[in-house]
Amino acid sequence: MPTMNMIQALNSALDVKLNDDPNVLIFGEDVGYFGGVFRVTEGLQKKYGATRCFDAPIAEGGIVAAAIGMGAYGLRPVVEIQFADYIYPAYDQLVSEAARLRYRSAGDFTAPLTVRSPYGGGIFGGQTHSQSVEALFTHVAGLKTVIPSTPYDAKGLLIAAIEDDDPVIFLEPKRIYNGPFDGHHERPVQPWSKHPASEVPEGRYTVPLGQAAVVREGADVTVLAYGTMVHVALASAAEAGVDAEVIDLRTLIPLDIETVQASVKKTGRCVIVHEATRTSGFGAELSALVQEHCFFHLEAPIERVTGWDTPYPHAFEWDYFPGPARVIAALRRVMEG
Amino acid sequence: MVDTALKRGRNAVVLSLHIPEPEGRPGDPADFSKIKLPEPGEVRRPPIEVEPAEIRDLAFTLIRVLDREGRAVGPWDPRLPAETLRQGLRHMVLTRAYDDRMYRAQRQGKTSFYMKCTGEEAVAIAAAQALEFDDMCFPTYRQQGLLVARGYALVDMMHQVYSNARDPLKGRQLPIMYSSRQFGFFSISGNLGTQYGQAVGWAMASAYKGDSRIAAAWIGEGATAEGDFHNALTFASVYRAPVILNIVNNQYAISAFHGIAGGQRSTFASRGIGYGLPALRVDGNDYLAVYAATAWAAERARSNLGATVIELYTYRAEGHSTSDDPSRYRPQEERERWPLGDPINRLKQHLIAIGAWSEAQHKALEAECAEAVRAALKEAESVGTLGQSRPSAKEMFEDVYKEMPWHLRRQRQEAGV
Repeated sequence: MPTMNMIQALNSALDVKLNDDPNVLIFGEDVGYFGGVFRVTEGLQKKYGATRCFDAPIAEGGIVAAAIGMGAYGLRPVVEIQFADYIYPAYDQLVSEAARLRYRSAGDFTAPLTVRSPYGGGIFGGQTHSQSVEALFTHVAGLKTVIPSTPYDAKGLLIAAIEDDDPVIFLEPKRIYNGPFDGHHERPVQPWSKHPASEVPEGRYTVPLGQAAVVREGADVTVLAYGTMVHVALASAAEAGVDAEVIDLRTLIPLDIETVQASVKKTGRCVIVHEATRTSGFGAELSALVQEHCFFHLEAPIERVTGWDTPYPHAFEWDYFPGPARVIAALRRVMEG
Repeated sequence: MVDTALKRGRNAVVLSLHIPEPEGRPGDPADFSKIKLPEPGEVRRPPIEVEPAEIRDLAFTLIRVLDREGRAVGPWDPRLPAETLRQGLRHMVLTRAYDDRMYRAQRQGKTSFYMKCTGEEAVAIAAAQALEFDDMCFPTYRQQGLLVARGYALVDMMHQVYSNARDPLKGRQLPIMYSSRQFGFFSISGNLGTQYGQAVGWAMASAYKGDSRIAAAWIGEGATAEGDFHNALTFASVYRAPVILNIVNNQYAISAFHGIAGGQRSTFASRGIGYGLPALRVDGNDYLAVYAATAWAAERARSNLGATVIELYTYRAEGHSTSDDPSRYRPQEERERWPLGDPINRLKQHLIAIGAWSEAQHKALEAECAEAVRAALKEAESVGTLGQSRPSAKEMFEDVYKEMPWHLRRQRQEAGV
């Protein structure tokens, strides 16, 4: 089985779908001839032709509006928003249009589009290339929000997202495009090739939306994470010497509540980690759900380890990023609680 | 501070902020003297293959076919059979009768909201007749004439307006936000302008698939200020999308006159020029002119020549909606003084002028349309008006996603429906 990094795995998913389904087409800024600033669409225009994978004007609102119209026609557009930080001009089209089209037309029109976008920090991208925007979409009825953490999942989830009949926001943690970054920025980066989830089948397979993965079984505390933070959580648990059960949510909406509650009921403790700002972040929803579903099993207050409630600051990348030191501290606090 | 700036000698005058003002406000006489109208038949009709750069003047003039006596003149006369004209007239009269009745229904407390298209009937109906039935329309909330012209049942429109048990949209949408894939009528959004880029995307999809269908979109002159409008024109131009981009300039965006959207600086049609799109400015109250311009743009689109911008110059004869009172912001007599008249009267006059219609026939048509509306209303009200009848409350939770996720199932249980 071939070994792929996350970029190659995403490229392979797009390749599979372009090959499978003539109604799939790709467009976005720089995705055509050039193959995208992160190379996710590399070679696709050459292989499938310009009408299947093409460049779009710098108009995110226009990109998503066009994709909605194509979806209403019957196509399955996959659009790239170059950085999640640039998605705001498309927000009205996503929130007021794509998310509600099925509902407001009573199922007559649908918008089965997939919006891919690199997101998250850890790359010294400053305020406009580092944001974690997921909560702006998990708050919206009608959208699904997916975040992979490995090459294998990235390919399987992206294929599932493209085949899904609802609009999907597919956020790619760009810090782990090339390797499973565990938050230790001072150490050399491990390539994906040393990670078992870099073994990616060539052909079509799916990782179903709405299913979390228990990536480390443990008895003492449940860690809820997604994207880059899955790897930070795994490293932190090992270093803290805590028998943590680490859950990779993979899909935020619809959330796999069963996996979450089974784990927290077993461990009695819960730490939630995400890069995004804390207030009204997805961790707040997770915290409320754990409290609603597992209150009588909790032995300690739920902890959140998140980005600070500030814009993403360039010079303070590692003060902002919720790295292992903060996750370890949280794990220790809940174990003492 | 002002003095200091002048002393520094940078500016010839003190800077001042310009806020556009209309020609008249309540109490003022209606003043349309600044509207320059070319004679009917005066504007040339270029071949569809024309380079957009060669017809920039057509964005600043006004394509008119019907003259003061009701004769069709000039190269834009679509030379339609009398039967087509009589159908168009019937659709317009029926739309007006429907609007009048539903407006009253709102005033009678039978629904929460209504919007009429009075005075703008030709904009939708002539276009619907010039397009093919399976071309996809992306309307605003004032193109109900498209549905009427395409034969959508009035009673189903009424069920929607009443949000009753037979509402095709299951009680989820504000009255008049119709949707029908079967009738090529895209789901109306209350957020202005969003449908414009979607129409371009639909048209791109049609071209991508090698289809023969085209798309048509409508937007108000006020909403041309939205970014969506400019995104749509960019995409339409870049990808040569087979789409007709109509701008309905009815002079008002609720209370804001066209100048607040930039209408005093240039025409709305001229927005297309910067994008390299052909742009026509058309008398929107002239059924024949609207038909001819739409047909021209449709033929271009079907010939793979891409998009056309059409400004339909018209007048919103009534309030923005049932929640609006235009006497508070514009001169009372504007409606009567509008220099381009009323689209129904003008088409009627034309049909009479060519000997294909009579006052007696028109009276009979009005009575027939009123009766059609009355009968449909009776049927709709036998199901119920807003609050008397509604779809199952279960519908509140359906169609958010294709399959209902656990959290919505749980909330539906919690709601007890």
